[in-house]
Amino acid sequence: MSEDITTPETTPSTQATVTPPATRNSARLMRSGVGRNLGLVVALVVLCIVGVITAGDTFATGANVLTILRLAAVIGVVSVGMTFVITGGGIDLSVGAMVALASVWATTLATQQLAADFHWIFMVTTALVVGAACGLVNGLLVAYGKIVPFIATLAMLAAARGLAEIISDRKTQIITVNSFVDFFGGSLLGVPVLVWIFLLVAAAGWVVLNRTTFGRRTFAVGGNAEAARLAGIKVQRHTVALYVLAGLCCGIAAVMLMARTTTGSSTHGQLYELDAIAAVVIGGTLLSGGRGTIVGTVIGVLIFTTLNNVFTLNNLSISAQSVAKGAIIVVAVLLQQRLARSSNT
Amino acid sequence: MSRSARTLVLAGVSVLALTACTGNTPKAEENAGNAPANQAAVKNDEPGKKVKIGFSAPAADHGWMGAITKATQAEAKKYSDVELVVAEGTNDVNLQISQVETFINQKVDAIVLLPFDGAALTPVATKAMEAGITVINVDREFDSPFAARTTVLGDNHGMGVSAGTYICDQLKGKKDAVVAEIAGIDSLPLTQDRSKGFKEALADCGLKVNNRVAAEFTVESGEKAAANLLQAAPKIDAIWNHDDDQGVGVMAAIKNSGRKEFFVVGGAGSANVMRDIKSGSSLLKATVIYPSTQGADGIRLARLLVQKKALGDLVEVEVPRTVQLYAPVVTKDNVDQYLPTAFES
Repeated sequence: MSEDITTPETTPSTQATVTPPATRNSARLMRSGVGRNLGLVVALVVLCIVGVITAGDTFATGANVLTILRLAAVIGVVSVGMTFVITGGGIDLSVGAMVALASVWATTLATQQLAADFHWIFMVTTALVVGAACGLVNGLLVAYGKIVPFIATLAMLAAARGLAEIISDRKTQIITVNSFVDFFGGSLLGVPVLVWIFLLVAAAGWVVLNRTTFGRRTFAVGGNAEAARLAGIKVQRHTVALYVLAGLCCGIAAVMLMARTTTGSSTHGQLYELDAIAAVVIGGTLLSGGRGTIVGTVIGVLIFTTLNNVFTLNNLSISAQSVAKGAIIVVAVLLQQRLARSSNT
Repeated sequence: MSRSARTLVLAGVSVLALTACTGNTPKAEENAGNAPANQAAVKNDEPGKKVKIGFSAPAADHGWMGAITKATQAEAKKYSDVELVVAEGTNDVNLQISQVETFINQKVDAIVLLPFDGAALTPVATKAMEAGITVINVDREFDSPFAARTTVLGDNHGMGVSAGTYICDQLKGKKDAVVAEIAGIDSLPLTQDRSKGFKEALADCGLKVNNRVAAEFTVESGEKAAANLLQAAPKIDAIWNHDDDQGVGVMAAIKNSGRKEFFVVGGAGSANVMRDIKSGSSLLKATVIYPSTQGADGIRLARLLVQKKALGDLVEVEVPRTVQLYAPVVTKDNVDQYLPTAFES
């Protein structure tokens, strides 16, 4: 838990500059986050090469890259929050339902009226507060109610989506506040605002996880909660904070989805929990906690969205894609285990 | 280390072995979309300018939805000048939006879109129209007239009217007849439309819906709803079941109860229901069609629009804005006419 955690994940470009002078160094490199992410980067590059070969004229265009990034943005923000929870030794099955509830609550007639009269910031705030509040409930149930995270968040999954259905009467709520759609649907310096938000959330997540006390405590709590408690960390309070963070990310994702669809709906965010967990796990975060990487998660999300894009461009069915997705998860985890074992011996 | 490598090989081999035993495709394709050729369209069928069409629809988790995709693909194959790009099968609006964005990047000529949620897909459909792509909206309507050139719809209200009228004819003179209704997902506008039409048609002949239950378009929910209904109503003269997929469960519940004093009218028009009607030995005497050829019609209209051809048999030189398909009643007398286009659930 020592070197593994504190070594910051490096981006592929900086990896290239670190030329290992000796095998001992390269072994250490493998043990650090770099080695784990290297496999992922290779997988992503291979996917891109397949994309260029099979659909070069459309795959390697700026517009297509932006399409991939826009798709990755929403699930990516959810996955960043999920990374924190899983690194801290928990799991959150309620992310999709929280996205739905936040999107519905932020698009009720009352909220939209407020936004129309004053500023769209009211809709954003509503979504963030609803997400964070759901996360707070999750956190309290897990930390103080001593309910297993799997069960506590399973309960939230059912309850939040049900509440979203009650509030919206299972109807799609259309956003009529144009300023909201214009802002979040627009671009800044040629890059969609949604992608900027994803980048900001990922960067903030990386800094918090790798460069702050909060991040170090997250690793400690996830690695061994009892040891963390003895070391003076307020484990329960920290756990609550992690779930609030995940909820907050869901609130942000809800805002992004609202901008993308100009609607709020109780059907938004279906199965996002599985997509997010898959991305986090193939990214190299340990499902048992104590080890986590934001860079890995981001690449994990990109792998799945690129896969999706390549399949769509090549006219292949979603069913074949699901098979490929399953295979990728298994291969990624097997490779990780192999790397972990070889670096231990 | 070598052990995990062996595991990998083993996994690969078993996948291959599995693929070998899943070859049941030919049977499924037999019935898809061999619609009787429209004589008037023959001249239009002559190959013209090459048309690239993108198609996207929700997940095929229901017989009717699966049939939509199959019929669409089969229709496109009939034309040498049509190239179909399929991105079928998602209930995640975020993903479906990115599929449409991909079509825009690929510079397709037309997009046939059955949105998971009409309102949520409106912005991206509008974007496609603005990019000069002909968008054909199928089944679930967008909420802006700028989002599609032409809309192909079924007639949910008409389904209710047709079912009600048929039941009125069959129960002629029976003033105290007991009519029961097994609806689909009750909160959906389409279910409400069907029920409204049914009620209106029954009122015309002095009948009313005495017992009403709602299922969820699945076999399991149909069985449950019908079992409850049969408990609640000791004597029934006619039942209208909105959906032939859930109808499999409804008929199972009726069989278990041993009741035979009534007849059943189905909805949507699956092939197995039509075969039951044809046999004449079932309690199922009729079904009301909700055409599963809407996507296929979307392909034809998209091709005509891009090639700037008129719709055969109309004087008007432009393809109409909205095409609403009829909801005919299928009975033993006319079942042969409809069986070829019915879907396998």
